[in-house]
Amino acid sequence: MRTSVATSVYVILCAFAVHSAPSPQSPFPQSTLSQSPASKSPDLAAAKLIFESHCALCHGIDGGGGRGPSLGRPKLARAADDEALKSLIENGIPPEMPEAWFLSKEEIAGLAVYVRSLGNVPPETLPGDPARGKAIYERSGCSTCHILDGEGSGYGPELTDVGARRGSARLRETLQNPAKTIPENFLLLAITTSAGQAVRGIRLNEDTFSIQLRDQQGRFYSFRKSELRDLKRLRGETPMPPYGSALSSAELDDLVNFLASQRGKP
Amino acid sequence: MKLLALFLLSCSAAFAQIPFERILNADKEPGNWLTYSRDLQGHRFSPLAEINTENVSRLKVKWAFQFPDPGNEVSPIVIDGILYITGPNAAAALDGRSGRQLWVWRRPLPSDYHSVGFSHVNRGPAVLDDKLFVATLDGYLVALDLKSGAERWSSRVLDYKVGYSMTMAPLAIDGKIVVGVSGGEAGIRGFIDAYEVESGKQAWRFWTIPAPGEPGHETWSGDAWKTGGGATWVTGSYDPELKLVYWGVGNPGPDWNGDVRPGDNLYTCSMVALDADTGKLRWYFQFSPHDTHDWDATHVPMLFDAQKGGAKRKLIAVANRNAFYYVLDRATGEFVAGKPYARQTWATGLDPKGRPIPAREVEPSKEGTLIWPNLNGATVWFSPSYDPETGLVYVATREIGARYFKRDTAYKPGTFFAGGGEDELPPDDTWGAIKALKAESGDLQWEFELRTPPWAGVLSTAGGLVFSGSNEGNFYALDARTGRPLWDFQTGGAIGANPVSFSIEGHQFIAIAADRVLYAFGL
Repeated sequence: MRTSVATSVYVILCAFAVHSAPSPQSPFPQSTLSQSPASKSPDLAAAKLIFESHCALCHGIDGGGGRGPSLGRPKLARAADDEALKSLIENGIPPEMPEAWFLSKEEIAGLAVYVRSLGNVPPETLPGDPARGKAIYERSGCSTCHILDGEGSGYGPELTDVGARRGSARLRETLQNPAKTIPENFLLLAITTSAGQAVRGIRLNEDTFSIQLRDQQGRFYSFRKSELRDLKRLRGETPMPPYGSALSSAELDDLVNFLASQRGKP
Repeated sequence: MKLLALFLLSCSAAFAQIPFERILNADKEPGNWLTYSRDLQGHRFSPLAEINTENVSRLKVKWAFQFPDPGNEVSPIVIDGILYITGPNAAAALDGRSGRQLWVWRRPLPSDYHSVGFSHVNRGPAVLDDKLFVATLDGYLVALDLKSGAERWSSRVLDYKVGYSMTMAPLAIDGKIVVGVSGGEAGIRGFIDAYEVESGKQAWRFWTIPAPGEPGHETWSGDAWKTGGGATWVTGSYDPELKLVYWGVGNPGPDWNGDVRPGDNLYTCSMVALDADTGKLRWYFQFSPHDTHDWDATHVPMLFDAQKGGAKRKLIAVANRNAFYYVLDRATGEFVAGKPYARQTWATGLDPKGRPIPAREVEPSKEGTLIWPNLNGATVWFSPSYDPETGLVYVATREIGARYFKRDTAYKPGTFFAGGGEDELPPDDTWGAIKALKAESGDLQWEFELRTPPWAGVLSTAGGLVFSGSNEGNFYALDARTGRPLWDFQTGGAIGANPVSFSIEGHQFIAIAADRVLYAFGL
């Protein structure tokens, strides 16, 4: 039976969390990727070839995902640490992911390092001062839309590990021209219900018949698409203002440095 | 009354006998679902009409059954109120009124079994006489006693250690059970087998990659044929008058690097028509010669007759993974009609014999070549449906492109032998649809857009309805004549299975597997 959600809207008050917490994991430090002292350093070129031969079918040739999930993220949902990742590669995830029974321990270790590299931007030496950047972050109102280390509002993407996910060039570009670097799956919606109510917010979920979003005040909405007068997908638009002219070049350096140092909680 | 119902249920189960004539005459018992596509013609059409365009909005869940494994793709067999389902190396009988389990059978997977390129799944059983037939991942065709699930016989079809496997539902024809194999990403040499229903003895084998001296071998070079792929992992159809088995053949190996296998690589990416008694090739039609995009031609073929040029012709239709819809003469294999049904950029069209005319720069490359459709194609293994009342074919269609990459590869038994891969376009650049095509021409009649490229098959019914599912868990009904959505239900799990319909005591049910749950809906 078609669910009749009254005439149009119901607002789900933000009383529950929609995301499960990711498993805790060490921040990126490259030392965690190194092998045991006795082993040789991994052959990343060889690992890339193994990845392309055996993993790319599902995870994409660059690890961007396909039939399997994207691996381009600092925290892998099923591998909290490097030992877990190696074990996962060796044993697979029955029944979806096959085990790499034909690889040696060294090859699996190399593959684990390669997979980690897909989702971790290596630390950079950057101009600017992270302490000054933190002050700029606080006074510029970033926390009205972003959560960093548990503080702020969760309208935009969380920034706690943004330095592990984004290089300094990308961070700088986002600050200067956010509409050019909108993250995949981040979509701003402008909705008008059949009763004439206008709602603007970030898409949280969508299927063929319904759509869920959250507005800037943190209210959840769920609509039957058939009950909407208008559903605009504002691709290429973002609620984030550009900060290129609001900040001096030195301030931008400080803020980029601060954000790049945000590599996630242990 | 309940006691009586239970008594009748047990009686009907105890005396269930399914001679081939019952499958042949499936329309005489519309409340049952006796073969993978309900009929041997591959229609996945139910003549039941209790649930129709007027009342489908009242459809409700009647029961749910939880599988022990995720990602179920089963299409149940239904006999006189009892559902027979399968999972990976498992089968069960369920009471169609309640979903309660009546028996279960399991065969442990060997510890050194590995799936290469697919999940641990099974798409359904077959039934013939007093036996249920299940194809296992580790390569056995197993005959089970319908009443108890006890094993009657098992025949070893293949060696899983070199990458072969089985995931499809077997096809029961007169006195034989036909099976195909998976392993197209592992450098197997594909085949189609038939087994005697009583003894389990092999009746015939058709190799999809011809050996030296056999016709078609000239389309290979060197030893490439030995690892040439040509898996046969989707159930075929059968014409009992022509006594021909129609079966789709998968991609050549390695998938994306065709350098080591110059030539058309017969009979990969082809439809083959096999003599049911001998397994000998009667005709073939190759959809994608020398494929380098993993476009298996493994689809359920739909058989129907139509007037063409003043004469009645026996036709066979396929919506292919390569994004073209084809109509062939099923007695001869002659090309009758064909046209794209989804976005494609790899061919500029088909020549008068149906061979594709390749576009420029379509080969996978080191840097990546952007092509529509992606490797999973414009449709995949899940079933289309042919509705004899509307004359339409309904196809769950995937509109998705990808950058294809070519890489060097070396054959190692039992591992990936693919030679590259792809990067799909981002989710918001892809979508899906149920498309209604005129069966004889492929002309688009209507389409219903889906949020993402689907993985679920289609059921059409005499109630004027088309049922299918989405990746996001929607199970829904469309008006078969217009595509207008009439009902939907959020199952909570990604749907990657084919719907079926059956009736018990005059009441129609629609069943679909959604991830870990089998749902049965009714009024």
